Amino acid sequence: MAAASVVANPTSLLPLRIEGLVKRFGELTAVDGVTLELKSGECLGLLGPNGAGKTTLIRSIVGRVIPDGGTVSIFGEQADSTSARASLGWVPQELALYWRLTCRENLESFGQFHGLRGAALKTAVDWCLDWAAITDRADEPVKNLSGGMRRRLNMAAGLIHRPKVILMDEPTVGVDPQARNRIFEMIEKLRGEGVSMIYTTHYMEEAERLCERIAIIDHGRIIALGTKDELVRNAFASRSEVLARFAKADDAVADWVKERGGVLENGIARFTVVRATEIAELLDAASKAGHELADISLRKPNLESVFLHLTGRELRD
Amino acid sequence: MIFAIVRTALIALRRDRGALALSFILPIGFFTIFAVIFGGRHDTMPKVSLLVVDEDHSATSQSLIRGLEREGSLSVMRRPGPKQGVEQPEYTAATAEAAVKSGVATVALIVPHGFGENPISFGGGNGPTIELLRDSSDMVAPQVVAGMLQKVAMTSMPEAMAEQGSKYMDVYAGGFTPEQRKRIDAGIEALRKRDSAESSGQPTAAADPNHVKSNQADPNQGMPMPVTTRDVVGENKNNGMVSYYAAAVSVMFLLFTASGTGGSLLDEAESGTLDRVLSSRVTMGTLMTGKLCYCVLLAFLQLVVMFVWAWLVFNVDLISHIPGFVVMGISTAFAVGALGMLLASICRTRAQLGPLSTLVILTMSSIGGSMFPRYFMPEAIQKVGLLTINAWAIDGFTKIFWRDEPVSHLWPQVAVLLGAGIVLFAIARRFARRWEYS
Repeated sequence: MAAASVVANPTSLLPLRIEGLVKRFGELTAVDGVTLELKSGECLGLLGPNGAGKTTLIRSIVGRVIPDGGTVSIFGEQADSTSARASLGWVPQELALYWRLTCRENLESFGQFHGLRGAALKTAVDWCLDWAAITDRADEPVKNLSGGMRRRLNMAAGLIHRPKVILMDEPTVGVDPQARNRIFEMIEKLRGEGVSMIYTTHYMEEAERLCERIAIIDHGRIIALGTKDELVRNAFASRSEVLARFAKADDAVADWVKERGGVLENGIARFTVVRATEIAELLDAASKAGHELADISLRKPNLESVFLHLTGRELRD
Repeated sequence: MIFAIVRTALIALRRDRGALALSFILPIGFFTIFAVIFGGRHDTMPKVSLLVVDEDHSATSQSLIRGLEREGSLSVMRRPGPKQGVEQPEYTAATAEAAVKSGVATVALIVPHGFGENPISFGGGNGPTIELLRDSSDMVAPQVVAGMLQKVAMTSMPEAMAEQGSKYMDVYAGGFTPEQRKRIDAGIEALRKRDSAESSGQPTAAADPNHVKSNQADPNQGMPMPVTTRDVVGENKNNGMVSYYAAAVSVMFLLFTASGTGGSLLDEAESGTLDRVLSSRVTMGTLMTGKLCYCVLLAFLQLVVMFVWAWLVFNVDLISHIPGFVVMGISTAFAVGALGMLLASICRTRAQLGPLSTLVILTMSSIGGSMFPRYFMPEAIQKVGLLTINAWAIDGFTKIFWRDEPVSHLWPQVAVLLGAGIVLFAIARRFARRWEYS
């Protein structure tokens, strides 16, 4: 990886700057020329379906993957430099913990790996236990914890050295809704302390709740970037979304939906309309074509709609 | 249902080709090693090394030694090998004893002054007797030499046998007539001439192995040639094989420990912990060094426990050998630890590591002397055994606990073990590069 420029200009001091990043695995291009900037104190959502390249991008930033091209800098420093590593915290998707060690022992180990010693280490461990709300289970081996607690400890272990830039790789995978809410609260508390964060997920609601800006990634490329409102406005302008469910979603219906500029997914056709009167026209046309509608609804477009609009696929494909 | 279970397991095995191959190679490889060691041809069987000291320098003693040299099962050495091209002097009683103590050979034979005047006694007589110095850790070689000695006495010194026989005739049966005495003396002289011809390299009937009649001496009967046997190594030990097997078994299990410790790298790679560790300030080199240190510590503790047990239960003298034990223990632990790291870094999965490490460890243990002493093995296998950690480690521990050698004498073993450890670790580090980045 080429050394990043450290010329004192506003962009070089960004918490994270990725420029033209490329990573190939044989024939597969997992990350295809990604350029991205993370602003100070910002939470940037990286939204994309499984296999879109989110994890490879994160692993490239954290130095676990050697990119085939492009640069990554943390506060202007090359990503694999010692100072960059000290500023960077990574919460991997896997539960990367020592299962026979207790929560406290895990945190102490990872703290030591980051160079913490003595009082600084103890303070950091106590902060992590408190932040993850596992102080009362601090001396319990990881294997005895519930799934939600393990997730929280996994997150805490990535933050033991109190980094300024945090990469969260789908931290809520396999977590039930109640435990997920607790994780959201932890992240919101962290955001209150001014850290900058990239949060990868394929759950639209998580990105909407936690992130100021959202980058939509598909096939290794950033296909849209902005706030939620900007993404929706850019994709749909002032149009609304009409969802129509057909009594029988056969090939004839699919052809008819395509002719009308819509997308049929799982028996539900999605159309965009500018004026409410267009809905009546749609109903009339379906009736004339002999396609029976089971129900129809009008909704304001969301990130899911944006993704579908941009890729023709659903986020959770 | 059962079919589905079998099918699932077979598919999983088939997908891990390394484990699949090793599950078949392991038994074949191990069988082959044992077949070579125990089922080898006779011409590959080990010779007994015998140091010979001729203090008598008589024709009789020379006949005896030449007879021993003709024995295919003995490797007779009259002097140490040349040093820097300079031939060394012949062994004396003192240097031969020192050589047995240092493990050059396990038996030395001393033919004393005056032996030639009265070589044969059949249990009687009061002349000087041959002395056999032995290392009692080798229970086979001294027995072989004692038996061979009696055989050679019968086959290689016919004139001495005849002369002694005629003396007995004179003493116990009234003697021969002058004519009989003349013929007997002529016969004895002919035997002497034949022996001289043999020593000058001319072929004789007696040199032909087909003409040598086997004469297995019975140590419990009156033997033709009296021999006194003296233990020069282990004479004060309770049981030499205890300290041998304390080292031999320890090294084998140290290898298993090292393999398991190295395998934790594979576990961490699979769980993602390795990625997390390597994303911190810890580098792959630091991580592997840390794992190696842990392995050395664990292996050394295992050795301590084993030898403390041997000391408490079997009276192995640990206390007076602590410096040598520590030096050999750390060197051995370092070498096995490095091997463990190499095995783990070569393998992709735990399923591959299991059979591979079992194959390597059992092979090294069998040819390296952890299962049975190397001197039981054919010479070729003994030489191959020197490629194993086991052989060098066991040799070192034997020097300490059996031969009571000082720590400074351990340098060859320590150098080989530390050198091997460094090389193995360097190779392991190279293989571990695949974990650093993808």
